[in-house]
Amino acid sequence: MALLSTADQDKLRESFGEMTSNVRVLFFTQTLGCETCLHTRQILDELPALSDKIAIEEINFVLEKERAAEYGIDRVPALALVAENATGEATDSRIRFLGAPSGYEFISLVQAVLLVGGRSASLTDENRQKLAAVTRPMTLQVFTTPT
Amino acid sequence: MAFANPNITAYAVEATEFPDLARRYRVTGVPKTVVDETVEILGGLPQDMFVEQALQNVGS
Repeated sequence: MALLSTADQDKLRESFGEMTSNVRVLFFTQTLGCETCLHTRQILDELPALSDKIAIEEINFVLEKERAAEYGIDRVPALALVAENATGEATDSRIRFLGAPSGYEFISLVQAVLLVGGRSASLTDENRQKLAAVTRPMTLQVFTTPT
Repeated sequence: MAFANPNITAYAVEATEFPDLARRYRVTGVPKTVVDETVEILGGLPQDMFVEQALQNVGS
């Protein structure tokens, strides 16, 4: 069953149509002891149908610990967004989602996919220059609740 | 911001699913942003203010 209305699907299809590069969503999940993993899977399943530039890769959090560690994932459900160029070369966007991307977080996920897929960022040139001063690893954690 | 600078990693965290994280970072309202475990930014801010606050310890 589709979670999105036909109208929403059409809108998203149009937005995703502007993507210039492929985006792979790494979905870290586990079968047992994860209340929202299945719901997350259902949400993610909507995306590839809306754009041939979006792919979902399911990664077993229990069996592939090394892969999770590589992306700084220590809990599930978690998503990591990766850009892929025409030759399949992957670049980590370093954008992560922890927890099911439902409600407003789904909009955030769509925005992140569009950004990684090539849409120009909303950052001003001035702020982009300021951010260039970050020369050591920095971690931002944005806490939200489902709405 | 993460997309603009390879040194930056950004996590969107669903607070109700991970109460341990919400407790550790004293999340009593959302959105709340925690930068490098130390800087706390409450609410949604205009971009200029957000960047300024997020970078307050950079270069010091």
